Amino acid sequence: MNTATDPDKITGPTPDNALRAADASDKKDGPVLAADGTPLKKSLGRALRAQKLRALAMIAPLLIFVVLTFIAPIFDMLFRSVENQIVSDTLPRTTQALKDWDDTSGQVPGDDVFEAAYIDIFYAAENKMHTRLGTRLNYELTGVSSLFRKSGRGLDDIGEVYKDQFEDLDENWDEAEPWAELMGSDAWLAEARAWEDGQPLPKFELREGIAEVLPRTADAYSQFAAFTRVEEEDNVFNEEPWTLVHTMLYEDLAAGDVSGYTGPRADMLIAADALVDSPEFETADLKAVFEDIDKDWMDPVVWQTIKMYSPDYTSGYFLNSVDMQKTPDGPALRDEDERIYGILFKRTMFMSLVITFSCIALSYPVAFLLSNLPARTANLLMILVLLPFWTSLLVRTSAWKVMLQQQGVINDVLVWIGLIADDNRLVMINNQLGTIIAMTHILLPFMILPMYSVMSTIPPYYVRAAKSLGATNWTAFWRVYFPQSVPGIGAGSILVFILAIGYYITPEIVGGTTGTFISNRIAYHISSSLNWGLAAALGTILLAVVLILYWAYDKIVGIDNVKLGG
Amino acid sequence: MKITKTLMASTALTVAATGAMAQDMADSMTLVSWGGAYQNSQQEAYVVPYLEMHPEVSVSWDESSNEAVAKLRAMNEAGNVTWDLVDVVASDAIRLCDEGLAMEIDHDEVLAQGDDGSDASDDFGDLIVSDCYIPQIVYSTTFGYRTDLVPEGAEAPSDICSVFDLETYPGKRALEKRPINNMEWALLCDGVAKDDVYDVLETEEGQDQALAKLDTIKDDVIWWSAGADTPQLLADGEVFMGSTYNGRLYSAIVEQDQPIGMMWDAQVFDLDGWIIPADLPEERLARVMDFVKFATDTQRLADQAKYISYGPARSSSAPKVPEDMKMHMPTDPANAGNTFLYNYEFWADYRDDIDAKFQAWLAQ
Repeated sequence: MNTATDPDKITGPTPDNALRAADASDKKDGPVLAADGTPLKKSLGRALRAQKLRALAMIAPLLIFVVLTFIAPIFDMLFRSVENQIVSDTLPRTTQALKDWDDTSGQVPGDDVFEAAYIDIFYAAENKMHTRLGTRLNYELTGVSSLFRKSGRGLDDIGEVYKDQFEDLDENWDEAEPWAELMGSDAWLAEARAWEDGQPLPKFELREGIAEVLPRTADAYSQFAAFTRVEEEDNVFNEEPWTLVHTMLYEDLAAGDVSGYTGPRADMLIAADALVDSPEFETADLKAVFEDIDKDWMDPVVWQTIKMYSPDYTSGYFLNSVDMQKTPDGPALRDEDERIYGILFKRTMFMSLVITFSCIALSYPVAFLLSNLPARTANLLMILVLLPFWTSLLVRTSAWKVMLQQQGVINDVLVWIGLIADDNRLVMINNQLGTIIAMTHILLPFMILPMYSVMSTIPPYYVRAAKSLGATNWTAFWRVYFPQSVPGIGAGSILVFILAIGYYITPEIVGGTTGTFISNRIAYHISSSLNWGLAAALGTILLAVVLILYWAYDKIVGIDNVKLGG
Repeated sequence: MKITKTLMASTALTVAATGAMAQDMADSMTLVSWGGAYQNSQQEAYVVPYLEMHPEVSVSWDESSNEAVAKLRAMNEAGNVTWDLVDVVASDAIRLCDEGLAMEIDHDEVLAQGDDGSDASDDFGDLIVSDCYIPQIVYSTTFGYRTDLVPEGAEAPSDICSVFDLETYPGKRALEKRPINNMEWALLCDGVAKDDVYDVLETEEGQDQALAKLDTIKDDVIWWSAGADTPQLLADGEVFMGSTYNGRLYSAIVEQDQPIGMMWDAQVFDLDGWIIPADLPEERLARVMDFVKFATDTQRLADQAKYISYGPARSSSAPKVPEDMKMHMPTDPANAGNTFLYNYEFWADYRDDIDAKFQAWLAQ
């Protein structure tokens, strides 16, 4: 980088140099002044600022493009590795109630938690969020998926118990209008009555004072009203409330006294209160209903899992991606037969290194030859190097399949010339060897090109001079030529290694079971299991490993020693 | 004069009416399918006749079904769903429905009645495994073997356990690189009764038992991830037998004349069908509804069987399947002597857990 075009190294009169000179003289004998009397530094700064802004404006389109289409999506994706709001968003009351529960006790949480879960899952089921949450938690605990799916259906039964009894007492409890009159404000009722199809639906308002008399019912009914208006786009006035509202009404009536209430439908409410207080009134035992839906609800592990994943951000995905898991007693290693990512990370690193070294070994002679041939022949050979570049990756990989398989070309030839027996054909594919061979071939041009461009700038007379001074061929090469070609090797190695680490199509096709990389698992979690959080965590780790290796490479080899060209 | 006026008025009305109709329905659709012979059968049986009736519509295909779930999720998050109708297997449909990415439908309302007058929900019966799902075909995952590589003195394999019998049938096997189906087959051949397979597989010991059984052939297995792999491996003579979808084997045997035989024992039935992405704009939804009602009626589903050897999902379509195709159908009584039913709910729950174990086992 020390050429004459480097702005910092130009020795002539440039604005930058003038600024530096002004800086230096400032320290010695006060500010240097420009012709108009302002300090030179200031006026230069002004002149330079315009220049820098112009430069920035020129790269701005590219910068904005890269930030918007590359950096922002990557960060968005990586951010998913810790994101976990879905649990607390879907089960806000349950996660709150679980805070007081001791998850190491081995006991199922108390009734308050079950009530919170009933309300949360009921709302979630109406919004079709419960199955989404089930899928999320199923990544952590097998079986939660169907647990939530079943519970979304089954929890209606609780409300039915109360609804039926209220209905037997007074049919109005099963009608839309009496409920609306009980819960809604007069202004809203007037608007809702006058509403016709096509008009915007009036926004629901609670009747004044009803929230004090029936706090839970009012809350549930408001939720129902908002859902009906926004999601279903129906008039609340004409819709029967959810069974959850009936359950909440029972709870309010059991807990409080409504005799002082005088609003519309007060008689209906007071009669219901009397019914609830009577000994015949049948109540539903929440725990029993949950147990009835699925006995897994009586397993403390389910609640532990919900509690463990209630924070908005979780380390769970990262722990998963290093073969660990969250437990109530802190992170712990997974069972031996479930550890896979450690093996895959190590394998990815090891095989990428092997591929990089075999690329170096194969490319060096080719690049050497190319740079020492006359231009015409070199160009012809260059086309041969570039040819694979222009062929589809899938075609090249499939071609290797045809070559390497047991009934393939290479084995057939070896059998034909008698080197191996027909029943003892070599296994060269669907294993590590297959991946190494195919990927080395595919990545070869990325090694040859930087090597070639560096080697072609090494003047031939250095080697000649060495020889004329008595060096043998080997010494001349090793002591004179090779050190000058190292920057090309460095550049090629970085390219090949980083490309290899993220490859997944080729290992998927020719890798079998022992030749696949971590990227194959990332692809699996992105496209098959939909566990994007885990995929993001694995990707983040991979990115971090590459950055660390790059840093180490800079420390050891020095990034100044990498050249992509003369 | 009066007549002309009436005529003109009625013409104007008709024009207005058709104009309004055309406005209500979008005139282009993007269908998503698997490509290859299967997509072609859909094109021939559903799309071509539909376009004859509605020449103003243009249909484009996207061959993305194998990653439909991930792509649909990404589209949904970006708020720009460009697909109108997506062909997926049943387990994906369940997940899409769970995630709220597919639209729930009322089958009796949306779909045509069977031509025997039965309601759609009765006609499809149990095959409606999710509220979002409109099944089209029943396919099966089963085994094909090289007829010319059957060892001398041995009979052609007709029992699922010959997959695990390396002594009688030496040679490599091709199995799918995922636990689904393989675990079930392993347990069946390890003495577990058919009805108990999923109860056993639920337990850790059961999973270990299945993996232990698979361990006995692990060194002789080539694991595939694309449906086309097995027919290719069979054609090259790389494997003696391998699992794949029955339609792939059909085309290798009948269309490419390969020396391959079908082993239908313990074939696993699965479904393929449509889902409609959630929250489509009204006009596009109206068009899709119109198309899907047509494309899943009794005749269309029966027509599809002309082009590919998958069984129609409507029971009313079965009698209309061409005679010469019946013997290749997985549902044909001669082939369906011993079938295995894929348990969707089980795999929805256990997929991640067992897959982790399976992959760890593979990597060892």
